[in-house]
Amino acid sequence: MIAGGIFFDEILPVFLRKESLSVDNIYKSNHRKIATWLSIIPGIGQFYNRQILKGTLFLILGVSFLISFWDFIDLGIWGIITLGEQLPRDNSIFLMVYGIISIFLLVLAAIFMVINLRDAYKNGQRRDMGQQLNSVRSQYRNLIDNGFPYLMLTPGFFLLLFVVILPIIFVLLLAFTNYDLYHTWPAQLSDWVGLQNFTNLFTLEVWRETFISVFAWTIIWTFGATTLQVALGIFLAILVNQKDLKGKAIIRTVLILPWAVPAFVSILIFSGMFNESFGAINTVIMNALGIDSIPWMTEVLWTRIALIVIQTWLGFPFIFVMVTGVLQAIPNELYEAATVDGASVLQKFSNITFPLVMFSVAPILITQYTFNFNNFNVIYLFNSGGPAVPGQNAGGTDILISWIYNLTMSTQQYGMAAAITMVMSVVVIAVAIWQFRRTKSFQEEDMM
Amino acid sequence: MNTKITKVLRLTVSYLIIAIMAVIIIYPLVWVFGASLTPGTSLSNFSIIPKNPTWEHYKELFNPDESLYLTWYWNTLKVTVITMIASVFTISLMAFAFSRYRFVGRKNGLMTFLILQMIPNFAALIAIFVLANVTGLINTHLGLILLYMGGAIPMNTWLLKGYLDTIPKELDESARMDGAGHFRIYWQIIMPLAKPMLAVVAIFSFITPFTDFILAKVLLRQPEQYTLAVGLYELVSRQYGSEFTLFAAGSILIAVPISILFLSLQKYFVSGLTAGGIKG
Repeated sequence: MIAGGIFFDEILPVFLRKESLSVDNIYKSNHRKIATWLSIIPGIGQFYNRQILKGTLFLILGVSFLISFWDFIDLGIWGIITLGEQLPRDNSIFLMVYGIISIFLLVLAAIFMVINLRDAYKNGQRRDMGQQLNSVRSQYRNLIDNGFPYLMLTPGFFLLLFVVILPIIFVLLLAFTNYDLYHTWPAQLSDWVGLQNFTNLFTLEVWRETFISVFAWTIIWTFGATTLQVALGIFLAILVNQKDLKGKAIIRTVLILPWAVPAFVSILIFSGMFNESFGAINTVIMNALGIDSIPWMTEVLWTRIALIVIQTWLGFPFIFVMVTGVLQAIPNELYEAATVDGASVLQKFSNITFPLVMFSVAPILITQYTFNFNNFNVIYLFNSGGPAVPGQNAGGTDILISWIYNLTMSTQQYGMAAAITMVMSVVVIAVAIWQFRRTKSFQEEDMM
Repeated sequence: MNTKITKVLRLTVSYLIIAIMAVIIIYPLVWVFGASLTPGTSLSNFSIIPKNPTWEHYKELFNPDESLYLTWYWNTLKVTVITMIASVFTISLMAFAFSRYRFVGRKNGLMTFLILQMIPNFAALIAIFVLANVTGLINTHLGLILLYMGGAIPMNTWLLKGYLDTIPKELDESARMDGAGHFRIYWQIIMPLAKPMLAVVAIFSFITPFTDFILAKVLLRQPEQYTLAVGLYELVSRQYGSEFTLFAAGSILIAVPISILFLSLQKYFVSGLTAGGIKG
């Protein structure tokens, strides 16, 4: 009895494992290779493995894919390579979109082929090893169990594919074409122009000047506005968090108001307040201070100052709320211990409060910078990127994203706009990846 | 004695700063309220408490013959509510799959989401405009809704997935033992437990489209299709300043309900932001 137990529990498993290690000896036939080769036509390998139902399914899927998409893919691939050859017939931009979708379809087909070949190989291998194949019933169960997550992901996946990923690829390609107002269907075809747009951007006087000045202002804007709003937010949070300050609830509510009002509303209100003829800033406040009217909307420098002030107004409550949360979570014992050790108020701040706040707010800071880098709303709604500046094709307060918007919507220089988008995206993505490498989510164990 | 003086001084300075901030914050809002009550269209003889206040601008906004304001309000609510419901459903499915199953492509999918979350979806502005033209989705609310949903998915899926990860897996397993299917576990076991985070996701996917300007501006061409953001902008910019009082009334009617909504849901908002640790 005891000996038998030892045999079944310990010796047999070891023996079996040894067997399965020397895998080559175990194959009694070559079904796996034959099935895989046959499956180049989807389903045939499954027929060979005598899985009729599955084979039929695969065959039908494969054939119907070919029948319904062959012409489309043919057209799409031809289109994306040539961008059209004959005028009233071919619309370059449509062809480009077809091309991208064709590539998506081909990738899908490739995935299907891999699944199909793998399935043929796996089942062939089972036969080679003399094992039973799964019954139709258990295949069905398998399909449901393994397929369910994919089923759940499908709607979101297709949405992302067409709404987010397709546009990104499209911009990527557009940057290498001359698509603009003059190369539009039906008058003209667009063409691949290689790096022409990028060369123009950096060599043609007007483009280069504009790009440099817009880029410089974008950087100043990003750092100026963000730093101010962050500093103000942290300062106010610490101020309001003082223990003996009364009326915290009402003060906090008031300070959060700029966040609660939708930004587009507040920005439009501000653009009224800064209006040179009737705005309250000039007619009431500057008047009361005895200062002459300031040309907020017509002189670049003043518009820029106004913008940074407005963004500070709009953005500080968010930081305020975040920092308040952090401050409330700092245990009181830390301060008590510091007091016992004889630390001054300033020492407590610089050794306890500030490091703890910075530590937890740091990741938010980076998103604040990227947010302002792309803060189209405040720039466009306040003064449409204006005032105009002689000698360049962007307004004095245009940041990259609002410049791209104007190139797209008013002057229709799509190719150039795409090229600038790519340059801009390099910056954003570089920052994003840098941040990405240090986020908590990335370090989660189930990610790695 | 000395410490008492410094304490009084410190508090006085603090209250003073807070008072100044309060004025800076509230003044624009009071100013625009005053403007909305000013008779006529011009602000030339404007005072913050109008001499003979009038509700005429509000009446004008509510009169469908005179303004499209109600249409814009309706468009905005339609777009945001549909976006919210559809996003929450799609996101909950995706987050459930990512949290509960281990499947080929899961890791790459999550990575992709993390990267996509950092690229604002209007970065591909030109593409969106051209593609909308190609597909005929320009000037439709459907196009807008799809774009908002696409924008909402990556970040919120991460958010919800993180929350679902904290719900013990033993619950699913015991439900499976009792014979519950995949969908039943999702719908009757996990989702009810995830309600707090679903609320956060819902708020996010409501507020973002509501306050969006750029995508709506790119996509919508006809005044009848505008959302509030685009409509109000056109109202101010059409002939700059000439309809400012009307605009002022319109913005009060947006700012008040949204602020109240925001302040009452603020708790959820903040908890979501801290959980995500990101996004401004």
